[in-house]
Order: sequence, then C-alpha cells, then structure tokens
Amino acid sequence: MTRSGFGKGLLEAAKTNKDIVVLSADLAGSTKVSEFAKTYPHRFFQVGVAEQNLVTTASGLAHTGKIPYATTFSAFSPGRNFEQIRTTICYNDQPVKICSTHTGLGVGEDGATHQMLEDIALMRSLPNMIVIQPCDDLEASKAAIEISKVNKPVYLRLTRQNLPQVTKESSKFKIGKANILRKGEHITIIAIGPLVAPSLEAADKLKELGISAEVINCHTVKPLDEKTILQSVKKTELVITAEDHQVTGGLGSAVAELLSQKKPVPLKIIGVEDKFGESGNYKELFNKYKLNSKRIVEEAKKLIEDF
Amino acid sequence: MDLKKNALEIRKDMLIMLNKAGSGHTAGPLGMTDIFTYLYFNFLKVNPKKPLDPNRDYLILSNGHICPVQYTVLAHKGFFPKTHLATLRKLSSPLQGHPHRTQLPGIETTSGPLGSGISQACGVALGLKLDKKPNRVVCITSDGEHQEGNTWEAILLAAKYKLNNLIVIVDRNKIQIDGNTEDIMPLGSLKDKYKAFEWSVQEINGHDFEEIEKALEKADKIKTMPSVIVANTTPGKGVKFMEDDYTWHGKTPSEDELREALEELK
Ligand SMILES: Cc1ncc(C[n+]2csc(CCOP(=O)(O)OP(=O)(O)O)c2C)c(N)n1
Ligand SMILES: [Mg+2]
Repeated sequence: MTRSGFGKGLLEAAKTNKDIVVLSADLAGSTKVSEFAKTYPHRFFQVGVAEQNLVTTASGLAHTGKIPYATTFSAFSPGRNFEQIRTTICYNDQPVKICSTHTGLGVGEDGATHQMLEDIALMRSLPNMIVIQPCDDLEASKAAIEISKVNKPVYLRLTRQNLPQVTKESSKFKIGKANILRKGEHITIIAIGPLVAPSLEAADKLKELGISAEVINCHTVKPLDEKTILQSVKKTELVITAEDHQVTGGLGSAVAELLSQKKPVPLKIIGVEDKFGESGNYKELFNKYKLNSKRIVEEAKKLIEDF
Repeated sequence: MDLKKNALEIRKDMLIMLNKAGSGHTAGPLGMTDIFTYLYFNFLKVNPKKPLDPNRDYLILSNGHICPVQYTVLAHKGFFPKTHLATLRKLSSPLQGHPHRTQLPGIETTSGPLGSGISQACGVALGLKLDKKPNRVVCITSDGEHQEGNTWEAILLAAKYKLNNLIVIVDRNKIQIDGNTEDIMPLGSLKDKYKAFEWSVQEINGHDFEEIEKALEKADKIKTMPSVIVANTTPGKGVKFMEDDYTWHGKTPSEDELREALEELK
C-alpha cells in the first residue's frame, strides 16, 4: 500500500520540518495519517466530512508559512473540490500538498464511485501543480518527504492496495526525474504506480521472445521528464504507456503530447478505456480491464509486428 | 405485518450477507433497519414488480454506504431474488459496494460520495411539483453528511421552494469513520439548526415503530414547508458488541462474530 509508505515518510519529514501540518476529512485512519495526529496533535486538523473546506483551509494555512498536507480519498479530493484547488491553491501558488489515497480500480470492492480514474487528468491540467504517483511503499515514503521541500502545490496519488516492492532503499527519488528500471533496445514501456511491477514482468516475458524492452518508472507525471523519455524513444522508436487511470488525460496523454510534438512514433496507451469501474477484488478487476503484464506483452508484440 | 419480526429477519440476512462479502459497512445499516423496514413495508408507495412506476414515491439514499440495509429490505420486499444478497461486492454483482442506479431495481440514484442526496431529492421534488404530481420524496441522510457544505446548500433550497413533498430522515447515530461526530466535527442540535433554516422538525427514537409511524404521518400533512425527522438511532442496533462503537462503521463480522450476533438476534 503506497498509503502506508506515505504515512511513514510524512512522519519522518515532520520530525525536522516543524511547518508541516496535516488536515484530514474523516479519513485519518484510512489515509495513514493517524500516527502523525497522535505524535503531533497540535499540528493536525480534523475538518470532518468536508473536502472543499479541507483544501481551502489548507490554502489559508499556507498563507502563514505552513506546509499543509490535505489528505483524503481521491474521489473526493480532487474529485469534489477541483475549483477550490484550482483557485486557492494553484492560482495562489501555495505549497499545499493534496495527498489522496484510494485511486483507480485498485480500490476494489467499494466500487466505481470510489475508484477515481480521472484525477491525473484534472490535476495535470492545472498550472503550478506537480503530479506524482509512487510505484511502491518505499517510493511513496520518499515522495512524502521530497514534496515538503518544493515550494509548490503537489498532487500525490496513492493506492489503497498493496504493491510489490520494485525500488530499493538506495534508489534515487527526485521529483521530475524518471527512473529507468530496465535498459532495452526495441520498445519503451513507461508506467506509473501499480502498473510498474507488471511492466517489469512484461519485460521479462518479452526478453524470452527476443524483445528487449526499456522500462521507465515515470513517478512524476508533471513536470514530465522529457529528456529521459526522448532519449529512450530515439533509441526504441516504439512506446507503450501503462496506468490505472482513464486513457484520457493521464500519463499516456502526457507522453502523447510530448511525442506527437517532438518525436512522433507509434504509441499504445494502456489504461481504462472510457468506462467506470465496478466492485470486485482489485486483482480480478485488473484482469477484467486488462491492466496486467499479459496485455503489455500483447501490445508490445502488436506494435513490433505492425511497425 | 409484524414489523419487529420482519426487522429481525432483515438484520440476520444482512449480517450473513456482510460476512460473505468480507468488506462493507455494518453499524449504520443495523441502526437504520427499523426505519427502512417501516418505510418499505408501511409507508412508501412502491411496486416491486414495477420499480419505475411513474406514480411511485421516491426514496433517495444519500449516505450510500448504508446500502446493505436497503439491499436486504428490497430483497425482502420482492424487488429481486434474495439469492442476489450473497453476491454483494463481488465482481459483476448488481449489488455494488455503493448503490448504482442502473444496476439494481429499486435504486433511484447512485450514491457513496456523501452530501449530495438532499440536493438530488430537492431536484426530484421540484420536478414533481412542476408536473403537479402527488408522489412523495423521502431522502435518507446521515449525521456525518451534515458536515458537507452541499447538504446545507440543499437545506436552504428546500426551504426557499417550500418543498412540502419532501421528507428528510437523518440517521443521528453520533458516529462516523474516525470517531464520534461530536469529537470529529461537532454537529450539536440538528433539530435547532433545521428549525433555524425554516423546516418542520421532529425528533424521534429511530427504533420505536410507533414514533416512526406518527412522525411520518405528521410530516405527510405539513403543507407549508419541507419536513425533517431527526432519528436518534443506535449504530450496530441489535448486536450488543457492535452498538455505539464507531469502529464498526466500516468493517464486517467474522465467522465467530456472525455466529455470536445471530445467537443474539433469535
Ligand atoms: C464526499 C465523501 N467524503 C468522504 C467519504 C468517506 N466516508 C464514507 S462514510 C464516512 C462517514 C460519514 O459519517 P456517517 O454517514 O454519519 O457514518 P455512519 O454513521 O454510517 O458511521 C466517510 C467520511 C465519502 N464516502 N464521501
Ligand atoms: Mg453517523
């Protein structure tokens, strides 16, 4: 669960940075900020079920030099409070950190109302906003710390479900710098969050087929690491993106915007295809909606055959 | 119709369903079982064979997470086979984790994200008035939802348009996810607040069928303003170890807990 890593990183950052304050909208337990609330009760604000108030209060706190982490489920923030984030945080250019758990089909049993699949699109379109999705617990912990150091609004997208460990304690995490996890020659796979591990699996399977895939963990969707992506694509000239988000407006769109203007190459965007989710175990859902390594392998083979 | 006996059976079926689902909400649904049972078996004009009957009364569930009670009551009322209950929250089930309008007969609107039910109920009530239709609109909402701004926007609107075809029932169980409402974000007297917003207000014990009956009858007769019934309920009602304990907001009984609960509900 990248939400657990987030909780840990937040505590760590709060130890040295006394300006960090946390706000919750009746989901302190679920978003893993209860430890913070216990340790720093006077720096924790429980606003109740009130997501518009959550982010606007956070914006006010930022006026006094605080670094507010506004936490809840992503369906409600930014799902419910987009305009408040847009005006009072982004247009004001306040360093509020919108930290939202329970994203994508990965939410599972709660169903479509809670499976936020449009949040990257919303947050990516806002001037001043930085958009990050970590791929495992460790990376989430590092992200929670790093975002406190940038004097900018940030949207941190976290998962409810457990994710397999992909990065190491020693792996570097720098906002805006994508990490190449696997070097390859024939195709570039760019992924975020829960699709990073399946991308590595796919690269293993492709290797057996004689296809060498480069895998990039693009944890920062905005600002996009154009340099790393373009360098890889100049070599492979074929690209797949993968994310637990609508194919509209997410990581795939960000990559398409870049490539179509600077290096047009064949591209396949893997994500949820203009549908709402549904209740079910998240693993079953990932298979039903084809967000898995098998699909990545198929799409890679297709791209290589077709071009 | 023995309402008490009926509500007991509904509580049992609901707990069996929740145990099978392995995730979902328990405290709120148990606390609202008596009111749902009364509404569907004694008050609402609804036809399980014709769920979209244009002459029906509308029940808008705002706090969608308590859908287990609505699902179980709808099944008992004959809207769909009781066997569906065993599929709650499973892949391809019509019983979604939060209710979905297009999936299940008897569900008027999709909910789960809190605080938008009274607004939607106001919209339905306005539309019915435009068409000069006598259908009634009942909206179930929770105390936690009264922390959402949207709820208060709707409360203002209902008073402005004197929506006398609207009855709101508030599940005043004093709990939410992270704790007791008065610790998380104090709501104080909802009765006084609604009065100040120019609604007709009644406060009842949400487990007393006589009080439920009287309040609904009275609300039905008010012709000058919208009506609210603040129902004091016990979350987890009927199962001692679940009662008045917010940690039962969003968890389901294990096998052992289910056995113990069913024993108590005999
Ligand atoms: C807009 C929105 N914010 C947050 C949530 C998460 N949530 C689900 S239930 C709940 C508690 C609400 O209190 P209440 O309805 O009184 O809960 P209950 O009495 O059933 O325990 C919260 C915060 C949500 N579903 N929707
Ligand atoms: Mg409550």
